Amino acid sequence: MPTYTFAVNGRTVTVDAPADMPLLWVLRDRLGVTGPKYGCGIDVCKACTSHLDGEAINPCVVAVSEAAGREVTTIEGLADGDVLHPVQEAWLEQDVAQCGYCQPGQIMAAVALLRKTANPTDAEIDAIQNVCRCGTYVRIREAIKRAAAKM
Amino acid sequence: MGDPTASTTELTGGAVGRRRFLTFLVAAPTLTLATTNLVPEEAAAAEAGLPGLPQPADIMDLGDVLILAGTPTAHLLTLEVTEDGEAHFELPRAEVGQGITTAVAMLVAEELDLPLAKVRVRLADARPELLMNQLTGGSNTIRSVYGPVRRTAAAARARLVAAAGVRWDLAPGRLVTRDGAVVAPDGRTATYGSLTSLAATLPLPGLTAKPKPESEHTLVGTPTSRIDARAMVTGAMRYTLDLDVAGARPTMVRRPPTINGTVRSVNNETEVRAMPGVIDLAVVPTGVAVMAETFGQALDAKDALDVTWNGGTVDSLSDADIRKRLRAAALPFAVPPLLTLHVDAEFDFAFVSHAPLETNCAIADVREDRAEIWAGLKSAIVAKQTIAAAIGLPEDRVTVHVRQSGGSFGRRLFFDGALEAAQISKAMAKPVKLMWSRIDDMRHGRARPATHHKIRATYALGRVLTYEHRVAAVETDLRHGLGEILTATAASLPVAGNLSFAQTVFLTTVKVPYDFGVVTELLNEVPLKMHTASWRSVYSANTRGAEEILVDELAKKMGKDPVAFRRTFLKTDRQRRVLDKVAAEGDWGRAMPAGFAQGVGFHDEYKSCTACLVEIDARDPDEPRVVRAVIAADVGRPINPRGLEAQLLGGLTDAISTTLRAGLHIDRGLPLEGSYSQFHYARQKDSPLDVRIFIMPAGGEPGGAGELGVPAAVGAIANAYARATGIRPRSFPINFDVDFTPFPR
Ligand code: FES
Ligand code: FES
Repeated sequence: MPTYTFAVNGRTVTVDAPADMPLLWVLRDRLGVTGPKYGCGIDVCKACTSHLDGEAINPCVVAVSEAAGREVTTIEGLADGDVLHPVQEAWLEQDVAQCGYCQPGQIMAAVALLRKTANPTDAEIDAIQNVCRCGTYVRIREAIKRAAAKM
Repeated sequence: MGDPTASTTELTGGAVGRRRFLTFLVAAPTLTLATTNLVPEEAAAAEAGLPGLPQPADIMDLGDVLILAGTPTAHLLTLEVTEDGEAHFELPRAEVGQGITTAVAMLVAEELDLPLAKVRVRLADARPELLMNQLTGGSNTIRSVYGPVRRTAAAARARLVAAAGVRWDLAPGRLVTRDGAVVAPDGRTATYGSLTSLAATLPLPGLTAKPKPESEHTLVGTPTSRIDARAMVTGAMRYTLDLDVAGARPTMVRRPPTINGTVRSVNNETEVRAMPGVIDLAVVPTGVAVMAETFGQALDAKDALDVTWNGGTVDSLSDADIRKRLRAAALPFAVPPLLTLHVDAEFDFAFVSHAPLETNCAIADVREDRAEIWAGLKSAIVAKQTIAAAIGLPEDRVTVHVRQSGGSFGRRLFFDGALEAAQISKAMAKPVKLMWSRIDDMRHGRARPATHHKIRATYALGRVLTYEHRVAAVETDLRHGLGEILTATAASLPVAGNLSFAQTVFLTTVKVPYDFGVVTELLNEVPLKMHTASWRSVYSANTRGAEEILVDELAKKMGKDPVAFRRTFLKTDRQRRVLDKVAAEGDWGRAMPAGFAQGVGFHDEYKSCTACLVEIDARDPDEPRVVRAVIAADVGRPINPRGLEAQLLGGLTDAISTTLRAGLHIDRGLPLEGSYSQFHYARQKDSPLDVRIFIMPAGGEPGGAGELGVPAAVGAIANAYARATGIRPRSFPINFDVDFTPFPR
């Protein structure tokens, strides 16, 4: 089996895996990185949203081979030790999470959006596809705006 | 202690010896307290001031039934004060996102005068000794634990104070508690942690403790953030499949092409066993299970299986047949339409998936002589009993851990995932980490049953004379312990005659909040062998939602404004205040551009009431968006207004989804929808930009809140849509085309 070396949340890892194995399962089942969640496996729900070299990706449809030599960031790697990322802080201030299951993906999507555009418009926020089955969208929108103001 | 039959016991579980702690196991409740406001005669008398005849749910609702059933065991709560001064509380309920662990932690912190950060709330394992008191449903958690939790914590506080009194040789009455410590008049303090072992061992005959008067609450009733929020935003939260249970490997199940189909033969077992990563394969009652090194490989392997299937239980059924059966099943009206002014309307609601974002899942480790299960379970005791029977072990050899889970909306009343995981673990003789695919979760999971509604109201001289609602529904599966509860409380129920469980539940959850003369609401069920379950309310979302639409149409016929009409016919001032609040805050009646409109809805359930006012942009009737919403709710006594707002926000989003676009099509025995790209639950772009929620001030005991938000919002959205487009919606969701290519079966 081929091996792939890449960084996950600042730690270098090497895994033996078929080239086409989705990164989600490498993270969760091989590396024990469980922040990214399964919600559909086909790039629909976005619960798994993480970053590859700082860009939002959905590891359920990204092959492990694509990560080789690159930097993967999951929700676990967003905070700087105990110091939360401003988006995480905004999420706490708005008390966004209900069941919380979608929130790692929501937060990673918001961080990626704010990297692209410092002050996202409502239309840009509307374009976020991440499903929240608990219906926290209104608080997500508020938290993104709050985070934008902080950053 | 406040309870004469109370006893103090030490917690078992190996903690004794390592550290000493204080634990109360209060053996029995004081019947008077627990039954206050619950005796039907008393309640009926209390409601006697209502205009119009009370309906059964006015006298005793399903929540009261659950409380009554849980009363004999309501005090079997475990509260531990540790030596580091924390309070650990075990909650015999399921946290699924509704925020009950936070609300309960607030109650404990309040009663103990302890900072909230020092309270830990764990979900209790299945505890059969709780009998019927471990069911999470019916918006009932806060209603059922509000008293018992406070009494337990008050007893703990009294013991800690008594211990300090003994240590200092001061009368307990001279001591106060503050910030996790007992304080003497001279300023000396002793932390709870330093007192806990003494408090655990002191003989304290005659010690009495009463919860604080509510007027002294400083934390309860204030907006408070979730105690688990940080874990959720950092990815530290461990859901079932994030647990590392030794040896439990990823497992998925290939399921039949129709609901309840079974395996006839597996035709390529050898090939699939040879696939990369595959560890084991077993046929179970629900399909063919495959275990692999990763879920990705388990998924590939189960998709590669070639299975010949036996038929299921509804193979020939599609939506059209189901609708026909429902129409035929709706009971006739009693009042003929002749000679009277009347409004008639019929409504249809599609099946709706619960679709919690965390799919059905469980971990099971079944051995020869014992088993251990981990899953999100809202009826943990029935789960434990059923699983024990299915795998042939005595109940006390099966440990069931209740895990916090990623949403439920009624779904996790059923434990099919946990049962299936146990069956697979037994068949493979290995620990199993079972995950359902999203497609399977939507197609073979649970759903809100389709319903058909006929409503007729007659009126004359500005009054509504009669109001009849006939509901025909595909049977809602209530076999998660509710039957036992209703049997046990049968003598107290405010309904008579030979009603089915479902009819009893219907009559104890649904009521018309208006004075509409002679009111009859009847349910008739069509038993189809499908996987159904209560869906954020048992019957109210559809039943009351449809009624709120009819109310608008009735108002129009009678020449009244929808808000003014409701104001006139609502039964109590408490209800009117909630309606007035949204009308004022939402600027009811303001001019709207063409294609936009306001709509209003009202709902009263489980001792709470709410009104919702929405504004819709329906310039394109096929792509409507709710752009603004104002909600007011009176829940009697809000514990955590911020959590309550979250629940109402969830209810609003559910209503937007199920009213406008989200439903399941049944086609030859299986839902067509298999993911969120097909089952159109709202996304950010469907959510209003402006939502304001008003929680009315406390004025009584806590009412239910988890399901409260949906029906009023369903009515408001449908009414706004009708006013904006001129189209009176009759079938829900309103926009329900099959706009996708279904996944293969
Ligand atoms: S699991 Fe990756 S998008 Fe749904
Ligand atoms: S918080 Fe539950 S799915 Fe978003």
